[in-house]
Amino acid sequence: MPETESESAAHGATIELENLTKRYPGNPNPSVDNVNMAIKAGEIVILVGPSGCGKSTTLKMINRLIEPTGGRIRIGGEDVTDMDPVKLRRKVGYAIQSAGLFPHMTVAQNIALVPKMVGWPKERIKARVEELLYLVGLDPGEFHGRYPRRLSGGQQQRVGVARALAADPPVLLMDEPFGAVDPITRDHLQDELIRLQRELHKTIVFVTHDFDEAIKLGDRIAVLRERSHIAQFDTPEAILTNPADDFVSGFVGAGAALKRLNLSRVRDVEITDYPTLTVDDPLQEIFNSLRSSGTNEILLLDQRRRPYKWLRRGDLMRARGSLARAGTLVSDTVTRDATLRDALEAVLTDNAGRVPVTGRRGAYEGVVDVETLMNSVHELLEADRLEALEHQHDLEETRAPQTHAEQEGGDGVEARA
Amino acid sequence: MTTPELEEQEQEQEEAEVQVETEAAPPPSPPKSRITWQKLTFLPAVVVAVLLATWLWFQQADLDAISENALSGGQVSKALRQHIELTAISTFFVLIIAIPLGVLLTRRAFRKATPLAMTVANMGQATPAIGLLALLVIWLGTGMKTALIGMIVYAVLPVLSNTIAGLKANDPTLLEAARGIGMSPWGVLTKVELPLAVPLILAGVRTALVLNVGTATLATFGGGGGLGVLITTGITNQRMPVLILGSILTVVLALLVDWLASLAELLLRPRGLEVGT
Repeated sequence: MPETESESAAHGATIELENLTKRYPGNPNPSVDNVNMAIKAGEIVILVGPSGCGKSTTLKMINRLIEPTGGRIRIGGEDVTDMDPVKLRRKVGYAIQSAGLFPHMTVAQNIALVPKMVGWPKERIKARVEELLYLVGLDPGEFHGRYPRRLSGGQQQRVGVARALAADPPVLLMDEPFGAVDPITRDHLQDELIRLQRELHKTIVFVTHDFDEAIKLGDRIAVLRERSHIAQFDTPEAILTNPADDFVSGFVGAGAALKRLNLSRVRDVEITDYPTLTVDDPLQEIFNSLRSSGTNEILLLDQRRRPYKWLRRGDLMRARGSLARAGTLVSDTVTRDATLRDALEAVLTDNAGRVPVTGRRGAYEGVVDVETLMNSVHELLEADRLEALEHQHDLEETRAPQTHAEQEGGDGVEARA
Repeated sequence: MTTPELEEQEQEQEEAEVQVETEAAPPPSPPKSRITWQKLTFLPAVVVAVLLATWLWFQQADLDAISENALSGGQVSKALRQHIELTAISTFFVLIIAIPLGVLLTRRAFRKATPLAMTVANMGQATPAIGLLALLVIWLGTGMKTALIGMIVYAVLPVLSNTIAGLKANDPTLLEAARGIGMSPWGVLTKVELPLAVPLILAGVRTALVLNVGTATLATFGGGGGLGVLITTGITNQRMPVLILGSILTVVLALLVDWLASLAELLLRPRGLEVGT
C-alpha cells in the first residue's frame, strides 16, 4: 500500500531492533535471543507466538520497561538504548491487557496523565481529552468524570487506548490489549483500532497469542518461537498461503484458506448490479419490470433506498397485488467493508445464494452471489500464491550472502540485507 | 374565606410546589454523600449523654476535701489538655516515622530489611507498655518526653505494617502501567502507590490513635501528666469520684478520637475506590 506509506511518514516513526537480547541471571539461555527487526513507519506489526516465547519481553524492551542486556533499539532513527527511560516512555504510547487504568482517577485524569507530565498547558490538555474520548467512541460528556470501576471492560480498554494516544506519540506499544474482554467486545475493539489507525497512521507494535487477531490487525506479522526467534516475518496473506515451516503452519492452524477470506473485503471483489425498484414506485411499474427483466427477480428498496424485499415473478399475483405480503424479506446485507468471510457466510445462509451490498446509511449498492464470490476467491488465492513464491525467492536471495558470510566465520553476522 | 381555609390552601400549594420540584429535576444519581447523618450524630449523642450523666452525678455527690483538692483549680482541664497533647504529638511522630519507613521498606533496594524492621516494631508492641515506660524512665528520667517516646515506640507497628501491607497490595501490573506511560519512580509513588494504599494506611493510623489515647493514661508513671493522673490519684487516695471522672474522660476521649478518625477515613479515601461510585 504505497499510499499509506507516504502519508504515514508524518505520523509514525520507524523502529529498528538490532541484535536485541535479554538474559536473566541464573538462566543459561537468553529469554530473548538476538532479535533483528525493522518496522516501517505507520505500520502495525504483530508479534505472535505461544506463551512464554518472549514476545512480551521483546515488546517491553522497546520502551525499556525491561532493560535489554544486549543490542540496540532505534526509534525514528534515534538510538534510544541509553536515553533516560522515563523520557523515552513519554514518547511511546503503552496500552496493556485490562487497560491498567488507575482506579482513583477519573477517566479524564487518566487520559491527561502523560500530557500533564510533558507539560502541556491546561487548555490544550482539556481539549485533547475530549478529542480522544470522542476518537475512541466514548461520549465525553458522559464518561469524562467517571471512575474506571464504573466502566465495562470494553470501555476501560478504550480509555486505555486513549491514554496511550494522549500525548500523540509516534509509536504505540500494545501488550495483549484485548486479551481480557469477551469475544464480541474484542471484535468491536479490533474494528475500532483498524479505524483509528486509518486516521492516525501510528507505528504500532502489538503482542498477542491469538493468530486470528494477528491476521485481522496486522500489516505484517512476526511469528515468534521460543526465545523470540523469528520464524516468519511477513504479511498475513503470505503467512497464510505460504507458511515458512511446520512451526508456522502449525501456528496458523487449520482452515488457512478460510482465514484468508478475512483479509479481503467485499470492495475487492466484483459486485453485480440488480434490477431494483423502490416501494414508492407504482404497482403497475413493478409488474412491468418483473415481466420484462431477464432475471425473474427484482430487489425492492424502501424509501431510503435500503434493500427491503426480494420479489419474484408471480409473487405479486399470489399475494393478490399487495406489496406488503408479497416476496421474501431481505434477511441479511453486507457492507463494502465486510470481509469476504462474512459475505460468504451471508451468501451460504441465503436460500438463493445472494446478498445485497450496502453503502452509506444502508443504501443499496449491488449484489454478490456465490458464483462471483467463488471466482474472485480463486483469483485472489492464485495471486497470493504467485506473490508468496516471488517473495520467498527474494528472501532466499537476500539470505544467501548472509549464510555465506556466517559460513566463512567472519564478522559478517552484522551485515544486514 | 376563613383563615384556616387559607392556611390549608397555602399548605396544599406548598405541597404541590414540592412535588413539581421533585418531578422537574429528578437527580438521576445524586452525588452520594459518604457520611450518613446517623454516622455523624450517633456517637456524639452518646458522648454528650455520658458527660451529662457524669456532670449531674457530680452535682449531687458530696465530695470530701481530698477529692475537692484533686479536682479543683483547673486540674481536670489541665489533665485533659495534656492527654490530648500527648496523643496528638505521639501520633504525629508515629506518622512521620512509620509512613516513610513503610515506603522505604517496600522499595526494591530496602526490601530485604523488611523482616528485620517488622521484628523490631513487633517487639515495640509486644513489650507491655508500662514495662517499656519504666525502662525508659530509668534510662531517660521522668518527663513528658519520656512518655512520648514510649507511646511512639508502642504505636509505630500498626501504621508501619499497614503502610507496608497497603503498598504491597497494589496490583503490580498497574504499577508497570504507571512506569510504562512514563511516570518517574517518585511520580509512581505519590500519584499511584500511596493514594491506592490510603485506605489501609488510614486504618493503621486510626488504630494507632486509639492505642495512643489508651497508653497516654500510663504517661503519669513517667511523669508525663494526662488523665492518668486523675486515675492514679483516685486509686491511691481511694476516692471513687476522682477515679471515675478520670476513667470516663479517657473513655469518652478514645471514642471521640476513634469517631473523628473514622470520619477522616471516609473523607480521605480516594474517590473511585469504593464499589458503586
